[in-house]
Amino acid sequence: MATIIVVTSGKGGVGKTTTSASFATGLAQRGYRTVVIDFDVGLRNLDLIMGCERRVVYDFVNVINNEANLNQALIRDKRVENLYILPASQTRDKEALTKEGVERVLNELKVGFDYIVCDSPAGIERGALMALYFADQALVVTNPEVSSVRDSDRILGILASRSLRAEQGDEPVKEHLVLARYAPERADRGDMLSVDDVLEILGIPLLGVIPESQTVLQSSNAGVPVILEDSSEAGAAYSDLVDRFLGKSLPHRFISTQKKGFLQRLFGGS
Amino acid sequence: MRLLDSIFRPPPSKSAALAKERLQIIVTHERGNRRNSPDYLPALKKELLEVVRKYVPIDQSQVKVHLDREDGYEVLELNITLPEEEQRVTQPRPNDGGA
Repeated sequence: MATIIVVTSGKGGVGKTTTSASFATGLAQRGYRTVVIDFDVGLRNLDLIMGCERRVVYDFVNVINNEANLNQALIRDKRVENLYILPASQTRDKEALTKEGVERVLNELKVGFDYIVCDSPAGIERGALMALYFADQALVVTNPEVSSVRDSDRILGILASRSLRAEQGDEPVKEHLVLARYAPERADRGDMLSVDDVLEILGIPLLGVIPESQTVLQSSNAGVPVILEDSSEAGAAYSDLVDRFLGKSLPHRFISTQKKGFLQRLFGGS
Repeated sequence: MRLLDSIFRPPPSKSAALAKERLQIIVTHERGNRRNSPDYLPALKKELLEVVRKYVPIDQSQVKVHLDREDGYEVLELNITLPEEEQRVTQPRPNDGGA
């Protein structure tokens, strides 16, 4: 039975789609059959980040409306085995995402996949609510910045009250913090919220810290998930994140400037 | 803590500290609000409406339920607006249309 993971944040532009693309790619690289679904109906972008925008024929809403079947809509990634993309539609009709429709598609996907990654749109409207409703686990993508942290807290509240797990009184959605666009030197200077500051405020376990990196933009320009750029810091950080998600215990890298790295290790702030 | 920071860190601009302080206040406040408008409020409102309707025809918008929390105690405020005298009925009615 597949595990459903929502990648969410509340605020836009914090790195949800970048994270969804790299996380799903990383899971597939490690041999898990993985599908990543774009829930941003009307503003699809996952296809561009994954580099398959010219191969979109049918989309998520077509499948929900029975205008196409899943096999027609799923796009098989050309670089990584076991990886499939289900693009969002470009129609403006967000009402198309019905709870019943989404549930039916997810149930169908559950049969053939190990992991279903739901790339949530920004905001707390229908698309975002549908992306998180059926989730077993959540990656909450946050930037070290006040509005992003506040919105993440809001999303945590919604996960705890409006997900299927919450409504049924099941074990709650398992939450993971992904702190993206982190600049350790600025945090050290006191110009940016530090990893510890954000952890203290949000109070959920840290899955990974993605450093601010030019490679993220370069790889999105090229339509290559940044995790495939394994020589880059951001790519390596996403690889670590995936390994940690799968149970490996790895120290957090790229969270301190070189000098501070030593001190940090000394004081156990792995 | 502040003292330690000032010894071990170069003179910081402190904007991160300010951000943290502001966030802690607003996040705590908003979490409080979340917990304060608990799940039972919509159901409570619906049931109240049903009870009152047995005697007086009113609709959803005429029942207001509000929960307030002020340091340590909670106030549940109910505000039910009854219709004008001539619209009222003394006997329970199965439906509330007309009059």
